[in-house]
Amino acid sequence: MNQRLGIVVSGSLSKGVEVRLDSSASIEEMAVGRFVTIEGQKRRFFGMITDVSLGVIDQKLTLTPPDVSDPFIAEVLTGTSTFGTLHVSPSLVISGDAATMLEGPQPVKTIPSHFSVVNLASQRDVELVFGTEDEKRFFIGTPLDMETKVCLDLDVFVKRSNGVFGKSGTGKTFLTRLLLIGILQKGTAVNLVFDMHSEYGWESQNEQGRKVKALKQLFPSKVAVFTLDEEGSRRRRVSTDFVVRIGYDEIEPEDIALLRQTLNLTEASVQAVYQLAREFGDKRWIEATVGLEEGDETKQLLDKLNIHDSTYRNLRRGLETIRRLPFLVSNAPDNTVRRILEYLDRGTNVILEFGRYTDITAYILVANLLTRRIYARYQEATEQAMGGDATPPRQLVITIEEAHRFLNPEVASQTIFGTIAREMRKYNVTLLVIDQRPSGIDSEVMSQLGTKITCLLDNERDVDSVLAGVINKSEFKSVLSKLESKQQALIFGHAVPVPVVVRTREYGSAESYKDFIPGEEAEVGKQAEKDIEQLWE
Amino acid sequence: MAELQRVGEVIEASTTDFIAQCYELYQIPPLGSLVKTRDLPMELYGLVCNAATTSLEPGRRPIARGKDETTEEEIYRSSPQLLKLLKSEFGALVVGHRQGDKLYHHLPPQPARIHSFVYQCLPDEVKEFSQSFDFLNILLNAHSPVPTEELISASLRQMSQAYQDRRAFLVAAGKELAIMLSGNLSQLKAILGRIRE
Repeated sequence: MNQRLGIVVSGSLSKGVEVRLDSSASIEEMAVGRFVTIEGQKRRFFGMITDVSLGVIDQKLTLTPPDVSDPFIAEVLTGTSTFGTLHVSPSLVISGDAATMLEGPQPVKTIPSHFSVVNLASQRDVELVFGTEDEKRFFIGTPLDMETKVCLDLDVFVKRSNGVFGKSGTGKTFLTRLLLIGILQKGTAVNLVFDMHSEYGWESQNEQGRKVKALKQLFPSKVAVFTLDEEGSRRRRVSTDFVVRIGYDEIEPEDIALLRQTLNLTEASVQAVYQLAREFGDKRWIEATVGLEEGDETKQLLDKLNIHDSTYRNLRRGLETIRRLPFLVSNAPDNTVRRILEYLDRGTNVILEFGRYTDITAYILVANLLTRRIYARYQEATEQAMGGDATPPRQLVITIEEAHRFLNPEVASQTIFGTIAREMRKYNVTLLVIDQRPSGIDSEVMSQLGTKITCLLDNERDVDSVLAGVINKSEFKSVLSKLESKQQALIFGHAVPVPVVVRTREYGSAESYKDFIPGEEAEVGKQAEKDIEQLWE
Repeated sequence: MAELQRVGEVIEASTTDFIAQCYELYQIPPLGSLVKTRDLPMELYGLVCNAATTSLEPGRRPIARGKDETTEEEIYRSSPQLLKLLKSEFGALVVGHRQGDKLYHHLPPQPARIHSFVYQCLPDEVKEFSQSFDFLNILLNAHSPVPTEELISASLRQMSQAYQDRRAFLVAAGKELAIMLSGNLSQLKAILGRIRE
């Protein structure tokens, strides 16, 4: 049964419509972010409440308020002389014309006529819009005050770079874990996660101090945990698959350029890096530079390269910082990039734990260095596939945290992440960007993100940057700033037909794990059957 | 089924109202009650908007007679001619009519005929008539000797007696008035104050 809310009284396509509440509908039960349907004369519209306000029929009422302590007077006046209005932005047409009958919900190109009836959206309406859980759609949460499932089309989701935003402690990590599980479960892409705080691979604690399982525990056969901090991982009893060591020879001048801010290098120092790399060769320039001894020889070399002494000192101090990172060795025993790619090619998801090296220098250096090489290989493989020689590589999603460090306007043009975010899906590599200060991210990159999932944000600049380019921005601003600080998120963009506020699916209890696993078990069974069949062929 | 009670006879009529004289002295239907005439095939509905008891002859005023009597009843008992020398009349605003089976909440094409009998409506008919509040608009615009607020509140109070849930009826009526009187808050307040329980 539809719950009638009121009727449309005014509005426009660009600004949304005003709905006057019936006296039977209590304004205090309305909430921004709720879905409504509007029964137009020919079409049914689907939209979201974006604002709630109070109105009076005569301004005199506000000057001489009636005696509402009398329940009779109060009841008579509500809905007549005083009334509530809703601001609704219709976003889809869900039935009534040929296109919606054939292809499902369509974006709106018009608005409902005057006095169309507005109802609270029913479970069926929401299902119609967000679809039901299937092999491509992943149940991410429920709309406010409803039991219906909101499903993300992960196949569409992974084709673009996406962002997860929110203040610290609003549930970004849980949300990301859910998304990663979804991608894993549906097998729409392989993941490479740069896991700064070691939260995605193995169990970690939630804010109540309870242990929460992570990907490797839920999908042991599909996830490999790489670690930079072998000792730390062992202490936490994580079953790691590979210990990452990076050779100095793998660090290129571009990697240092990216670290300019964190290492406090001057522009001149960064230029000097390129000169030194040219002088000593890309492979051994770090060791050679750090190995330079005080003396005439060094002085002559610096003069030759036209590097000022203070610049040299500045650079050297920066390089020393890097050299102190224990996972950097002069000769790496194994090629990490190759290993990661092997796993990814097999369809195994890779989570790189940073363990105790949580400082941003290590994170930026490693993430950038590995990603650049992986991206290069993907580019190669995709181009070969275009030439018809091979199958294109699997869709890869790279998850990075503290994204504003990689994607701020100063470095976005230089880092590989900037390139991936901009050039996106051409080479089957996309990003999942996790950040708490979206205003720090280059606006060009932000605009290229396909789907944005944002938890509570209250900084004006952050809200602005997340909503940049959204139609009806001011309306969503009020929705976004009114989110609860836990378990609620606004999802909008490519993978959802309409912006939606969800209460995210539960994660962390034994039952919640079960919900993720059934598909997995079935798949294992299927795989076993296949293997047996092959054995007899 | 209860019988229709005859309360008087039309002695003056216009399109918007009629005056009826009661058959018995003081047998006046209450202010705001619904009455009807039966000029078949048309029935006219009226709301009692005013009533008066006066001398039969305009020039002769009654005089005080109770000096030596102990109760008021005694006066009438000792001077029985009084009942014939006085008359009770009431005025009713026409608020709708019925033609065939259809009930209309607007003015009839013809006024009532003189000597039409006037009946007090039964609760079922009152309920049927008050399904629509369109008659309120006629009352708001009528020139009645009784103040409009009094008339409207009296009629709503009368009608509400036909309902089991009187409050729900009054709230619904109040809401209708709140919309009609959106520009006249003080009048609305006056009426609401008179119909609240």
